[in-house]
Amino acid sequence: MDLRYTDAEQAFRTELRAWLAATLPSLPPKPSPHDWPGRRAYDTHWQRLLFEAGYAGVDWPAEGGGRGASPVEQLIFKEELERAHAPYVGVNFVGLLHAGPTIVAEGTPDQRATYLPAILKGDHVWCQGFSEPDAGSDLASLRTRAVRDGDDYVVTGSKIWTSHAEVADYCELLVRTGPEDSRHRGITWLILPMDTPGVEIRPLTTIAGSTEFAELFLDGVRIPVANRVGDEDDGWRVTMVTLSFERGTAFVGDLLEAVELLDSTVALARRTGAWDDPGVRRQAGHLRAELDALWALTKRNVSQAARTGVPGIGGTVFKLAYTEARQKLGEFSLSLLGRAGLAGEDLEGLDGGGPLPSETMVEDWLRGISLTIAAGTSQIQRNIVAERILGLPKEPAPTASPGTGR
Amino acid sequence: MDFELTEFQVDLAEGVRRLCEGRFGLERIRALESTDHVVDRGAWTELGDAGVFNLRVAEADGGIGLGLAEAALVFEELGRALVPGPLVASHLAAGLVDGADTGSTVVGVVERDGGTAGGVAPVLIEDLADLDVLLVLSPDGVAAVDPRSVDAVAVARPMDPLTPLWTVSHLPGGTPVAGPDTAAVWLRDGAVLTAALQIGAAAWTTELAVDYAKQRRQFGRPVGGFQAVKHLCADMVVRTEVARAAVHAAAVTADQPDVGDPATAAWEAKLLADEAALANGRSSIQVHGGMGFTWEVPVHLAYKRARVLATQFGTDDRLAEALAEALAGSLADPPA
Repeated sequence: MDLRYTDAEQAFRTELRAWLAATLPSLPPKPSPHDWPGRRAYDTHWQRLLFEAGYAGVDWPAEGGGRGASPVEQLIFKEELERAHAPYVGVNFVGLLHAGPTIVAEGTPDQRATYLPAILKGDHVWCQGFSEPDAGSDLASLRTRAVRDGDDYVVTGSKIWTSHAEVADYCELLVRTGPEDSRHRGITWLILPMDTPGVEIRPLTTIAGSTEFAELFLDGVRIPVANRVGDEDDGWRVTMVTLSFERGTAFVGDLLEAVELLDSTVALARRTGAWDDPGVRRQAGHLRAELDALWALTKRNVSQAARTGVPGIGGTVFKLAYTEARQKLGEFSLSLLGRAGLAGEDLEGLDGGGPLPSETMVEDWLRGISLTIAAGTSQIQRNIVAERILGLPKEPAPTASPGTGR
Repeated sequence: MDFELTEFQVDLAEGVRRLCEGRFGLERIRALESTDHVVDRGAWTELGDAGVFNLRVAEADGGIGLGLAEAALVFEELGRALVPGPLVASHLAAGLVDGADTGSTVVGVVERDGGTAGGVAPVLIEDLADLDVLLVLSPDGVAAVDPRSVDAVAVARPMDPLTPLWTVSHLPGGTPVAGPDTAAVWLRDGAVLTAALQIGAAAWTTELAVDYAKQRRQFGRPVGGFQAVKHLCADMVVRTEVARAAVHAAAVTADQPDVGDPATAAWEAKLLADEAALANGRSSIQVHGGMGFTWEVPVHLAYKRARVLATQFGTDDRLAEALAEALAGSLADPPA
C-alpha cells in the first residue's frame, strides 16, 4: 500500500496543472443553465481545448485516438480539473464516457473513423437512448422495436432520461430486434442521427428545475443497418463493454465537489453561530470522515483497476456510500441555511457578511436526490453487492410483463 | 500510487489468519468467557513469535522493522478472530517495556482521560489480572504502574464476557516512562490499531450473517433471498469496506506522513471503524433472528467487544469533535 505518486505521475500532474492555469482564464463566461445552445457551445469549446492540448479522451485507449492514460493518471486528471474548477464534461458526457468507448471497442473501422475524432474534438454531441418508460432498473425488458427493411432498420418506440437530447447530434440507441420476450438476447445497439425524420424530443423538467433530460419518441425512424455497432441481437454485450469502462474514477469530481461543499457548510455554521452546537460540529466532523474515507476508497478502486485492468465491485460499494453521504451533506447544509434555504438564489445576510450561499446549496440538495436513483438505484446496487460479493441467492427470474402475451 | 496490498502484505495477513485459526479457535476463546484471565501465556508468546508485538520495532533492536500499514493488517486478523487480551497496549509498549516485544511481558494500558462520561464514569481497567505492567496514558506522557499495587475491585459482571474489568478509585501516578511526544503517537497509532481490530470484527459478523442467511430457510427458501435481509448484509459490506479504506489510509499516512495528516486520518479511521463494528454486530444479530439473541450464537461476543473497543483511543463524540475542529482550523476565520 503506497499513497505516494511516482515521479512520472507527479510530472503528469505538474504539466496538467500548468496547462489549466494558463488555459482556464481564457474561457468565456459560463452560459445560463437553461441556455442549452449556449451550454453546448461552451462545453464543446472546452473539449476542443482539451483536444488541442492532448487531453481529449485521456482515458480512451490510444487506438481510439485517446491518450491511453493509466488509471492513476485518470484519477489525477479528474482531481486536477475539479480542484482548478475547470468546466465539467457537460454535454460531452455520453460521447466521451459511453458511446465513444463502445465504438472504440466494438465499432467497424469506418464507424471509428466517422465518429471517434468528432467526439474527441467536441464536434459531435451524443445522447443516450437506453431507458424506457417501462424499462428502468430492468433495462433488458426494453421494447423499442426495430424491424429490418432493406438496408434500414425501422424503429418505433420511446426512450426516457435522454440527457442533452435537444443539443445532441447522435444517440446511442438500444432497440429490440429479437422476439419481445428475448430480453438480453434480442437487443441491438444502433447509432441514431438525431435529425432523422420521426424523432420527436419532449424535455422533462426535474425537481431541481433543470431540463437536461428528455423523452424521445421514435415513429418509423429509418436507421441504416450500417449504423449498427456489433451484431444484431448482441447489443446487450456491446453495452456491457462500456459499463466497465470507467476505472473507478466516475465520481472523482463529485467527491471533491462535496468536500468543498462541506467547507462552505462549515463556514456557514460558523457565521450563523450554529457551530457552537456540539451536534452540528460532530455532524460536520463525521461527514468529513466519510468523505475522506471515500477518497481513500477511490484510490483503492483505481489501484485495483490498475492492477487487474478491470474495475472491481468496489465501484458499487463506493456509489452506495457516496450517494448517501452526499445526500446527508445536502440535508445538513440546508438545515443550516434556516429560512434562507427557502430561496433558490443568494439572499443578503442581516449580519453584513454578504450573501448567503442558498443558490448552490439548494440546487445541490435537490440534485443530490437523483444520486440514489440514477445509474442504478441504491436498491439495485445492494442486490448486486449481496449477490456478487456475498453470494446470496439471486432475485427471482423475470416474468413476462402484463400485456406481452406470454 | 498503488493503494492495493502488496503480495507480502497479503501473505502476512494470511499467515496471521492461519495462526489465529490454529491457536485461537472460537471454542478455545469461548472457554475463557466470564473468567478473570483471558491471556494464555503460551499463546501470547506465540503471538510474539509471529511478530504481533515487535512488528514495528527496528531490526537493530530485535524487531521486524515494518510499518503501521502491516500492523493494521495483522490487527484486522486478530480482531476478526476475537483474540482477547491487551493486544494494542502490548504492541505499543514493544521497545519501551522489556519483554513486551516477545510477548513474555503482558502490558495493559489505561487512558487517564478516556471515556469518562464527563468524569462520572469510574476508572475501569481491562485485563488487570493478566498484566505484568500497567501503563497509564495521558497527553502528558506514559507512566508505568505495578498492576499488583493497584487497589482494584473486580467487576462481577463485565458487559463483554471476554473483557474482564476492574474498577479503581484512584489511578496511581506511576513512574514516567515516556513524554508527551510518545503519548501523542500512542494515542494516534492506538486509534488506528483499535480501528483495525474493529474492521476485522465487522467483517466477521458480516460473514456470520451471510452464512446464516444462506442456510436458514423460511417460507420455503433461504432468508438470504429476501431483499430485506440481503440489503442488511449489503450495508454491512459497505460499512466495512469504507472503514477499511479509512483504516488503511490512516496506517499508510502514519508511515508516509508526506501524503497527509496522520492524526486526522487516525481519528477518521477510528470513528468509521467503531461505527462499522457496532452497526454490523447489531445487523448480524438481526439477521440471525431469535438465535442471534442467544448466548450460544457468538455474534454477541463481537458486538460486545466492539462496544469495549469503541471506548478506547477516542470515543465517537470526541473523535467527531476533533475532526470538526480540524475542519474549522483549515478554513479562514469567520467574519467578525
